[in-house]
Parts: sequence; structure tokens; C-alpha cells
Amino acid sequence: MTQTLVVIGNGMVGHRLVEILRDSSWRIVVFGEESRPAYDRVALSSYVDTWNSADLELTPLTGCELRLGEKAVSVDRERRVVVGASGVEVQYDALVLATGSVPFVPPVPGRDLPGCHVYRTIDDLDEIRATVQAADRPGRHSGMVLGGGLLGLEAANALRGMGVSPHVVELAPRLMPIQVDEGGAGLLKRLVEKLDLTVHTGTSASSIERDGSRLIAKLANGLELDLDVVVFSAGIRPRTDLDLGLELGPRGGYLVDSACRTADPRVFAIGECAAVEGVAYGLVAPGYAMAEVVADQLSGGTKVFPGADVSTKLKLLGVDVASFGDAHAVTEGALEVVVNNAVAGTYSKLVVSDDAKTLLGGVLVGDASAYPSLRPLVGKEVPAALLQPGGSVDVEMPADAQVCSCHAVTKQTITDAIQSGVACDVAELKACTKAGTGCGSCVPMLKKLLTDCGVEQSKALCEHFTYSRAELFEIVRATRITTFTALIEKHGSGRGCDICKPAVASILASLNNGHILGEAQVSLQDTNDRFLANLQRNGTYSVVPRIPGGEITPEKLIVIGEVARDFGLYTKITGGQRIDLFGATVDQLPQIWRRLVDAGFESGHAYGKALRTVKSCVGTTWCRYGVQDSVGLAIELELRYRGLRSPHKLKSAVSGCARECAEARGKDFGVIATENGWNLYVGGNGGFTPRHADLLVSDVDTETLIKVIDRFLMFYIRTADRLQRTSAWLEGLDGGLDHLREVVVDDKLGICDELEAAMAAHVSDYADEWRGVLEDPEKLARFTSFVNAPGTPDPTISFRAERGQRVPVQLGIPEVVR
Amino acid sequence: MTVVCDFERLRPEQGVAALLPDGTQVAVFLTADGSLHALDNIDPFSGAAVLSRGIVGDRGGVPVVVSPVYKQAFELATGKCLDEPSVSVAVHQVRVRDGVVELP
Repeated sequence: MTQTLVVIGNGMVGHRLVEILRDSSWRIVVFGEESRPAYDRVALSSYVDTWNSADLELTPLTGCELRLGEKAVSVDRERRVVVGASGVEVQYDALVLATGSVPFVPPVPGRDLPGCHVYRTIDDLDEIRATVQAADRPGRHSGMVLGGGLLGLEAANALRGMGVSPHVVELAPRLMPIQVDEGGAGLLKRLVEKLDLTVHTGTSASSIERDGSRLIAKLANGLELDLDVVVFSAGIRPRTDLDLGLELGPRGGYLVDSACRTADPRVFAIGECAAVEGVAYGLVAPGYAMAEVVADQLSGGTKVFPGADVSTKLKLLGVDVASFGDAHAVTEGALEVVVNNAVAGTYSKLVVSDDAKTLLGGVLVGDASAYPSLRPLVGKEVPAALLQPGGSVDVEMPADAQVCSCHAVTKQTITDAIQSGVACDVAELKACTKAGTGCGSCVPMLKKLLTDCGVEQSKALCEHFTYSRAELFEIVRATRITTFTALIEKHGSGRGCDICKPAVASILASLNNGHILGEAQVSLQDTNDRFLANLQRNGTYSVVPRIPGGEITPEKLIVIGEVARDFGLYTKITGGQRIDLFGATVDQLPQIWRRLVDAGFESGHAYGKALRTVKSCVGTTWCRYGVQDSVGLAIELELRYRGLRSPHKLKSAVSGCARECAEARGKDFGVIATENGWNLYVGGNGGFTPRHADLLVSDVDTETLIKVIDRFLMFYIRTADRLQRTSAWLEGLDGGLDHLREVVVDDKLGICDELEAAMAAHVSDYADEWRGVLEDPEKLARFTSFVNAPGTPDPTISFRAERGQRVPVQLGIPEVVR
Repeated sequence: MTVVCDFERLRPEQGVAALLPDGTQVAVFLTADGSLHALDNIDPFSGAAVLSRGIVGDRGGVPVVVSPVYKQAFELATGKCLDEPSVSVAVHQVRVRDGVVELP
């Protein structure tokens, strides 16, 4: 019988647990107090950039019952029942508490006044914004952040984003007292004060009072601050208001053992609400590790929590800060090596054992680029070079050093994956080891390990060109070279091959150099492009007419049926909502297409590294749930981008509502209708390595949507490697989705006009390739099986019947002696 | 002797297929330096008669045609498969006489 797992809490850690168990046999019910889906709380301060909560959303959960906006109000452990605020009761076989934490608000008189907020949720930020907007002060507003730790500086950053000048008040004598030492904090203070922050350390607020529309805060050091808004971010406490009658840890949190299990064997706790063997953690990485432990336990495993690495690296207010291991040198006899460069604005401290042999920890401020190399060395022998002034951190790491702390991946695991040939680049390492898929801070280290293992990250296209595809694209674009011969003469060597010829043909086609079977281009094309059809295993071809958006009239369907019947073609419906006709010989292709073109069909480019289809659901026209005309948009997009040559095939889809019947998130670019417009997702893929597309822009109108897609596609076409789908391209893009958004939405590189112009040229130059062949006797003449016997079919091709259709007779392969 | 086609009909770095009276299929290639090569048209790895439709180029300076099915390279001069040296395709004589390509 199916067992039920109830998860209380839909934060990052609860979300992670459900994600891991998604395909397990457990029936999963999630109670989430917030009404919105789980989001990236770590990135909360970036919410003020767009005020679009969708930007922070985590991958939507599937395969579970998600009860959003339903707080779990009580648990009856005897009956094994969780009761929701609506009165709903859910019985469980296992229960996981992932209730997170609550902000700690110091007992300052006046802390409950309007205008005082905490900093924890998207709703909190919305409320802070409302307070700021209501303030009727000319010029910049003034705010106070109580707490100068990591969270406080994040909150101060969010306030800055709202046009508020923040005062940061910290009780400890320095900023970030937990992570950073005095020297590092001194530099940090200097750097953040340049950014319009006022820092008050070693003091606290003794009272807050209302004065008309203002708030007046009195500090213990005698200062009075005149404020519009107050934000408490003085730390967090494990959230245990749901009383299960279970023991709590010494500093709060549901007490659990190393398997994250409470005294009740059916009840677990993970994340910030858990006290693992008495210790509560306020970071997401240990929470993820706990989620993995519980998922393993629930799957019959025996994994336990290995203890957490509380190392941190972050960019606060544009300042790099990293802290790892014994950052405060509390180990007995620990020695410190400090380099404080006030001019460059960098501070680094390494903590080593009393014999200067073992690295214990460190602090980096201003420049944390050495962090990925240093953190894995904690507890290992410290390379002597590091202790020299100006010492390099380019050092050999021991095999058991942890490279990715989010997923506990060691150097050994990574080098094994590289050396066995399983992974040849960062994207493949991410896929097979999970390293780099958490916070991403170890990605530079992954690149370095690839290089160290001798994986030449050469970008050379092939033996004939030392340039990458992206570089060749720029060369062709800049020099306006229009032939392969000219390109290889000037910029390559030899005569070319089956790798560079089609790649260059595709570049030339992307830059609108006429028909792909033009005299200079035809010899470059792979057989599919050369015959504008898809080669099948017996040497015949298949034919796919374009059916934009999957919409087709009965008359056109009949034409396809008649053509298939008359030429004896095997027919099959494709996954892209069109019809594939198999078994055509080279000689038949023009005859088939003459009929199709006469009936109004054009090439579907199923043979090309080009736009394939834009799938759609029926949308508002028919569907009771549709909110936009998905078919209309799909047709518009398919007609706009048809014939667009790219580094690899491009697939798209448009769904008319959030039910997503067109499966748009599995596409290179997918569009999902919203009440207010369209959401655009990019970089999705089915196939060998499925990947859900990432949200690029949301709630945009059709004009904006098309503009962003134009830019996205052209940027991809310019910069991707040969045969690199958008998913792998996006995975490998330095800066990832954020960078992509900066380029194609914010126009950070100033190239958007150019990208749009390139797409406009494509749209206006488009012509149907098959019509082009039918109208040109020279091109037509190439469609013969035998140059000395035109019209004679290839005698090796024969068919047999299967389920009422013709299928190829398997060819004998007698010549191969291996 | 089988007539293939006028020499003019050939294009550099491309192949054509010809049918012999006994049913044998031959792929004829003209390379960029003007030389002619003829190989069996049947790709030994797939059994399909498609070598004439492969991309012509070079591997390490050796002129080759690459099968369009599974992408093995065959040396134009010898028919040897460079990816699996134990495999090769038959080489045919080919000549141009009075502007006509012939398989003697």
C-alpha cells in the first residue's frame, strides 16, 4: 500500500526534500503557510530589482499534493494526523518538519510600531516597500537595519534598492561578527560605507518612537536617528511553535539524531527548525544535506548527517566576503597569516595550526577568488607557498578534499568522472556528479580540475580551424566572407571535413547568404540539408511539411494523405505536431514536394539545424481554461523563425495557461500564457539530458515577448558551440541565466539593436527552400539516384508490409569484417 | 565500360552515383585539386548505397569521404576506412575521355 509522507513547510529545504523523493513510491503531502510556491530565500534581496516574485521561484514541485496557504496547526502523533488551518486532516506514515525559522526581534520598546518590519519573506519585502512608498519625505528616505550580520547587510542592500539610505546598527564591535574577524570587518565597513550606508557598531537601539509620520530611534550610544522605516534582521531562531510534545535542542529547534529523526521514529526535522544532535544551522547548505539524509532514510537507506561545513562566500553590497573553517582562530595555538591591503581594498587571513602545517580556516574580504581553492584544503597540509608574502593559492588539493560542499562531492569523485571519460566539460560534470549545481561557487574549481586532468578545453572547431564556432561566426560576420573556400584559405588550413563544412554552412546561412543549396554551399551540407529531407537507415529519406502551430485544415490533411498513398510512404505523427512521411527515394523527393508546394505547404526544416516546430495547445479559442490565444502565437512564432539556421535544432511551444499542455518548459524557448501576458522560458530540453527551461521574463506583452525571443535566439546563434543545444549553452554560459538576462533584457552589452536587426533581416529574407529547388533546374538535377540512369531507383531499396504500411527491408551488411 | 556523365557535370568536393550493368553502384568524386576517385557506393557499416552523398574533405591531409549514415571516413584513394582500419570499400578505375567520365 502507498505510504504517505507529510512535509510541514514549503521553504527551500522542504522543497528540496520533495524534489528528491519526487519519483519515489511515497505519496507526498506538503503544508505551506505562505500562499506562494517555494522560492529562493537566499536571493531575497534581489526581489527589489524586479518586484517579480516569479524570478525567485524554485522549480515547481510535481508529483505531490501541495497545500499552499494552509498552515499546519496541530499534529496528533498518536493518530498520526496533521491538522491544517482549514480543518483538513491528513494521516501520515512519516512526518517531516521543515518549518524553518522566525526572525529574532530584540525586545526594544516600540518594536511593534507601524513602520517596523522583519526581513524574512517576500511578503515582508512588500510591506517594507509599502512603508517606504507611504513616507512623505522629500529626497532619499532613511532607514535603520537592526543587525549587522549577513542577514542585516542583505536587508540593508534591499533598502538601498528601494531608495532608502540605511543605518546599520550592530551590537558586536564589528560587522558580520560570526563570519569575519576584526581586520576583515574593518575593511568591510570601509567598503560598504562608500555605498551610502552608515554603520554603528558596538551599540543597540534602546527605543523606537513615533513622531508624526516619522520614527525616532534612540541608540544606546546616545545617537538619535530620524527614520522612515525600521527593519529587524538580528538573526533567526528555529521555528517550533507547532508543538508536538517533542524535546527541543539547547538553543531551540526540534531535537533530532544524526539521521534527523526525533524521539518519535516516524517524525523527522530538517533545515533551520532542526537541532541535529543539539546543533541548529541557519544556512541552506546544511539544510539541503539534512533533506538528503531524510530522503535516504525514507528510501530505506542509512545515511546520516555528516556535520556541516558552515563556510560562506557571498557578495554583499558588491563586496566579496568569504569565511571558512576556523575563521576566528579558536583552535589552541592557531597561528594567523594576514595580508591587509588597504590600497587595493583586499583583506585575507589564513589560520594555520601551531606547527604551520595544517590549514584551519580563513577570512577573505574584497577579493574572494581564492575561496574555491582554499576551502577544500581545510584540515589538510598547507602548501608552504601560501604562507609567503604574495603567495599563490594555485595549489594541489588532496584527493579527499571536498570541492562542492553543497553536495559533498570530493575532488576524487570529480577527477574519476573526468578520467573515465564520463565528463568532458563543466555541464557534464554537473550532470553526473551534481557538483556545482548548488551555490555554484565551485564551478571555477571544476574548470581547473578539467584542465589539470588534461582535458583540453580547446575550442578549436576541428583540425582545419583553430577557432571556436562562436569565433568563426564573428569572423564571418565581420569580414563578410560568403564562401567556405575563402574562409578556410584565410583563417583555416586543409580542405575541410564533415565537422567544419556543415558548421560553416550553418553560419553562412544564419547570416542570410541565400539558398543553402547554392553553388558554393551545396558541397558543405550534410546529406539531410543537401537533399532537404531526413536520411533513414536504408538510404531513403523522410519528408516533413511545415504545419505551423500544429494547426491544419482538413483539405491539407487530405493532400498529405494522398501524397503518402500515391508514393507509398509510411506515415507517422511526430512529437512536434506534424506528420512525417518515410521511404522516399532521392528521385521522388522533388515529385513529392511539387504536390506539397502546389497545395500550399512549405519545408518543415525537419532535416536542418534550424527551427523545427512551435507546438501549441488549443488555447482560449476552444479550451475552457485557456487565458491567451496560444495557437495564434505559436503560428506567429513559427512563421517568424522558420528557416532560421542555428548551431543545433530549435524547438518551441506555446501553452495557453499554466496547465502547460504544450510542454513548453521542455523546449529551447517556451511560452506560457498568464492572465497578464506571457512568460518566456528558455534553455529547456527533452532528449538525452532533460532539462526544464528557466524563466527569462514574465507577464510581458506579445511585442516585448517577440523582441526578447529575437534577441535570445540571435545571441545563442552567435555564441554557442557547434551542435550545442540552448540547454547546454545556458549551462555553460559564464554568469548563467542572470548574465543572459543582462544581455538580452537589460542590454548590458549594447548589442540588442544589432541582434534585433539580424532577426529582422532573417524574417524579410526568408524563402521556402523547397520552392527554391523546384524553381531551379540546376538544383533539381541533383535529385537523382544515378547520374547515368536518371529515374532508375536504387536497387538495394526494398520494402515489406507491417501493420498496413511499407517499412524498409533490413539491409544485409556482409562486407564488414571487424 | 560505363559512361558516368559529362565531366562538366561534376563539382569539386562532391560525389555522384553511377549504376553499372551488373547492378553494382559506384560513387565518383571530384576533389578540389581536380583528381577523380571512384569507390563502391555501398556504405559497409549500414548497407545503404549512400557514400556518393557523403561530405568530401580531408583528415590530416588525406582526402576522404565521410559516410552520411554513421560518419566513418573512407580514404578516396584506397577505400580504406580510417575509423576501422580492418574495413574498406572497393576502389574502381575511373577516367575522363573526351570530356566524358567513364568507368572502364
